[in-house]
Amino acid sequence: MKIAVCLKRVPDTTAKIVVGGDGKSIDETGVKFVPNPYDEYALEAALALKDKAGAGETVVYSLGADAAQETIRTALAMGIDRGVLLQSAGSADGFVVAEALAAELGTGGFDLILFGKMAVDDYNHQVGLMVGELLGLPTISAVSGLTVDGGRVQAEREVEGGVEVVTCALPAVITADKGLNTPRLPSLKGIMAAKKKPLESKPVTLGPGAVSVVGLSLPPERQAGRIVGEGPDAVTLLVQLLRNEAKVI
Amino acid sequence: MAAILAVTEQRQGALRKVSLEAVAAARLIADALGATVDAIVLGAGPVEGVTGLGPSGADRVLHATHEGFGLYNPDGYAATIASIGGSYAAVVFAASATGRDLAPRVAAKLRTACATDVTALHVEGGKIVATRPVYAGKAIQKLVLGGAPAILSVRPNTFAPGKADKAGVAETVAVPAFTQRVTVTEIKAPATAALDVTEAPIVVSGGRGLKEPANFKLVEDLAAALGSAAVGASRAVVDAGWREHGAQVGQTGKTVAPSLYVAIGISGAIQHLAGMRTSKVIVAINKDKDAPIFKVADYGIVGDLFEVVPRLTDEIRKLKAE
Ligand SMILES: Cc1cc2nc3c(=O)[nH]c(=O)nc-3n(C[C@H](O)[C@H](O)[C@H](O)COP(=O)(O)OP(=O)(O)OC[C@H]3O[C@@H](n4cnc5c(N)ncnc54)[C@H](O)[C@@H]3O)c2cc1C
Ligand SMILES: Nc1ncnc2c1ncn2[C@@H]1O[C@H](COP(=O)(O)O)[C@@H](O)[C@H]1O
Repeated sequence: MKIAVCLKRVPDTTAKIVVGGDGKSIDETGVKFVPNPYDEYALEAALALKDKAGAGETVVYSLGADAAQETIRTALAMGIDRGVLLQSAGSADGFVVAEALAAELGTGGFDLILFGKMAVDDYNHQVGLMVGELLGLPTISAVSGLTVDGGRVQAEREVEGGVEVVTCALPAVITADKGLNTPRLPSLKGIMAAKKKPLESKPVTLGPGAVSVVGLSLPPERQAGRIVGEGPDAVTLLVQLLRNEAKVI
Repeated sequence: MAAILAVTEQRQGALRKVSLEAVAAARLIADALGATVDAIVLGAGPVEGVTGLGPSGADRVLHATHEGFGLYNPDGYAATIASIGGSYAAVVFAASATGRDLAPRVAAKLRTACATDVTALHVEGGKIVATRPVYAGKAIQKLVLGGAPAILSVRPNTFAPGKADKAGVAETVAVPAFTQRVTVTEIKAPATAALDVTEAPIVVSGGRGLKEPANFKLVEDLAAALGSAAVGASRAVVDAGWREHGAQVGQTGKTVAPSLYVAIGISGAIQHLAGMRTSKVIVAINKDKDAPIFKVADYGIVGDLFEVVPRLTDEIRKLKAE
């Protein structure tokens, strides 16, 4: 089984966000970068499926700055066989990113191409689905349950008030949601081995894109709230405030 | 004249509420551009509730009917919308489970971008400008949508269904030939037909402060007393297996924006705040007066939840009974 995983380098979820001098992007000074958390579910799924199949290859692709090599190494340390860095400054336009990834993935002969459901920096929630469309492959997004058996995929995805069951044939594109699995941590042995695994870098050029970021700002601070009181005796006042001041009950 | 397409959603032949929100957002753009709004309804037969689309702002209601459209049909829906989408200035989806899946498919077919989870819209110099949270709500991005069409999805509970009194003239749209690559076979309903946290007007969430899963009863009782409330959870309790993944609020869970969010025994870690900080009113109950949740809460009670919550449930019940 030959499986590709697309992995994005993103700021750590605890990073404090500071708007950069251009007023459109973040100031990366001092920001720690990590593999996109949803992509870790995709990496784990790839490793588990290859193990189950008993043979095959797993390849991780990341489009981004040279610093993304470190992110790729993390995936290699988890057990992915090799990595490809598509050197680019990236884009806010998910479609041009999808085009670049699709051009690379389309010729790879993969049975399965895995993504995270979304990147926690841009919250675009689109690249995997777009690659699926561009390659004309069956595509299922935001999957929290997955079985691959005899060339068939059965997936579960959460919808409002229920779970959608979706099936398709391989080759396919799947985007991973939380709940799919518990990603393994790189072992010390894995980290050592990762240093020797192949990591290819090649420049790509993205299209201009149809959307442009014109501003990035911090959300208005929430008005510091008030402590209504202590203990159960404060409840009466709280209910009055919710009723008469906030008017939400 | 320019037109905006709003994509509606039905479940079991009944229109979902987010459909009216998509129409409301489309109407907003249309009014700024001097355009009309078409709402498309995809189903296997008649859809209950479509008569509400006109009064909510749709000039025309386009019916795309196909025997395979009862459940969500990603390939068929995307092909149908893409077949007409190119003639619109914008195509507006709800950022629901379906809309988040469908919008990028349509965008890719039309070879353009998509703005996901938009929370505000306006038109500047004839261009649509979308405001949307990024970095887990820690920053707000403004995007000019230059695509033809502009494709976007709007966050649930954000664009209030409007009263625009348009005609909602019914028309038919042909479903083009499409290759069905994926099949939705069923929607498994959970044991309890609960409201989803992303769409409920009130969300009551519990965290590790509840000590054990059985104590979630306190949260459920409060939700029931409030009415129209969904039960949410912190990641700590979801990872511990107390609650379903679907209930998790936060960076790696759901983003919610209800009119009232009640956090019970939740510390307010940055990743949790990411999912609920845009709620209109936040109430926190926590025994630790320094818990970070109080920094975002409009109203807080410092105290033992096992004493405070039952009393709160009681008083809400009394109030509702009046
Ligand atoms: C990559 C990443 C993603 C994450 N994503 C999410 C996410 O999506 N959602 C999320 O929620 N978390 C997320 N987290 C986890 C987050 O960092 C916190 O660990 C988690 O939110 C803590 O849950 P909690 O508030 O229930 O528990 P705790 O932090 O343990 O807080 C329990 C609170 O209960 C209070 N308490 C205890 N007893 C009582 C009592 N008797 N009465 C009143 N109060 C009481 C305590 O004072 C405390 O404040 C993520 C973490 C990482 C690293
Ligand atoms: N620059 C990138 N390099 C590799 N994969 C990416 C990149 N951007 C997005 N992806 C993949 O697409 C998924 C969805 O991203 P997005 O549409 O940006 O939210 C991510 O979880 C990744 O799997």
